[in-house]
Amino acid sequence: MPNKDAKVYTVSEINRRINDVLTDSFMSVWIEGEISNYKKHPISGHTYLTLKDEKAQLSSVIFKGAGERVKFEIKDGLKVLCFGKIGVYQVQGKYQLYIEKVEPQGYGALQLAFEQLKEKLEKEGLFKEERKKPIPLLPRKIGLVTSSSGAAIKDILNSIDRRFSNVHIILNPVRVQGEGAALEIARAVEEFNRLKGIDVLIIGRGGGSLEDLWAFNEEVVARAIFASEIPVISAVGHQKDYLISDFTADVRAATPTKAAELVIGAKSELSEKLLNYSRRLVTGLRQCLQKLEKDFSSLARSRFFKDPRELVRQKQQQLDGITNYFAKAFLHFIQLKKSDFKAHCAKLDVLSPLAVLGRGYSIVRGRTTDRVIKSVKDVTKGDILETTLSDGKFSSVVEEICDG
Amino acid sequence: MAETKFEKALECLEKIVDDLESGSLSLDDSLKAYEEGVKLVKMCSKKLNEAEKKIEILTKEEGKLVTKPFLAEED
Repeated sequence: MPNKDAKVYTVSEINRRINDVLTDSFMSVWIEGEISNYKKHPISGHTYLTLKDEKAQLSSVIFKGAGERVKFEIKDGLKVLCFGKIGVYQVQGKYQLYIEKVEPQGYGALQLAFEQLKEKLEKEGLFKEERKKPIPLLPRKIGLVTSSSGAAIKDILNSIDRRFSNVHIILNPVRVQGEGAALEIARAVEEFNRLKGIDVLIIGRGGGSLEDLWAFNEEVVARAIFASEIPVISAVGHQKDYLISDFTADVRAATPTKAAELVIGAKSELSEKLLNYSRRLVTGLRQCLQKLEKDFSSLARSRFFKDPRELVRQKQQQLDGITNYFAKAFLHFIQLKKSDFKAHCAKLDVLSPLAVLGRGYSIVRGRTTDRVIKSVKDVTKGDILETTLSDGKFSSVVEEICDG
Repeated sequence: MAETKFEKALECLEKIVDDLESGSLSLDDSLKAYEEGVKLVKMCSKKLNEAEKKIEILTKEEGKLVTKPFLAEED
């Protein structure tokens, strides 16, 4: 039994006391360790993890608000330096570290966040060369995503003035640093895509510290650039190293001025090209005409134009040759036909009935019918017949018909 | 649309200039080529210079995107 004066605590009371004692002693501590059992609660948004070294473990929690300030991705195995306080989770009587800040060890937090995001987006194919769109040769409307009062807009307007460029620029003003800037930039890119008629986008700002430029390293900006149907130029001032927006954009310009020159520079280049073409057109035509004139005068100097009769003579001679040849050929042809004819005549003689008549035969025809009589049936008494012999004809009258 | 037209015209122009310079065209063809080339140069430079200088700012009015002239803030 406790002594009368002894204080009796309820469990809640003692946990609360322990909590007070612990929190008083460990109000703000830095603890290094390795992350394990990392788990983010989907509803509350709080993150639970265990910090550990070779021999010991410490339950830890990062509440949602503190978690949102962590730029890099927390994962198991990561060696970190945590800042926070020790307290008791009174429901379970378990002491734990309430983490307010996390920094990766051996790395700057931003550097790690950059590396992690870069790796992730690269794997997804956001940086692929083959999906990069060409910047149009002659952009009519240029969309600008930057601050309305920053260095970028001034630089761009200056370089346009300097070149007397007639361009149409539409500025979509955004904050380029600080909380929420990334979201504004991403939204501005989307708005330009909805607006239609914009040929190229420049998103950027002047130079600054890595923290200042951070918006251009955020995933939401990279996604918006990737999704943009309008080609995007990323132009953040004077960076040695590429930002995520540089990797994702279709073209990276080292400064906003360079981006402006890229877009309007093409235009003055084209003007120059046109001028060059029109010069070459004139010289080309002149050369053409000179060449034609030269061809003509060398033709005019030729023998033909000096003595046209020469050509006629030549042609005459040619014609004479042809005529001779033709006459000879024709004679030969006639001769050939003549001998052919003789041969045919000889054959005809053999077959001719006249030759048979010479041997004593004769041909009898009816005088009126002029048909050859081949049978006694062809004649009647009193018919006048005509008999042909080899040397003449005579007529006779049928007196008597006897069957043979 | 206008963009591809411009690029096509530029391509045609390049070919015409090359043809002319090759010196293989007849008198008729070379004059025709020259005429066509001059036409293309005129068209292209018109395209190149037709845009007017305009600086605008994009704002939202009742959820709609509208553009207004932009006056750069002075230092």
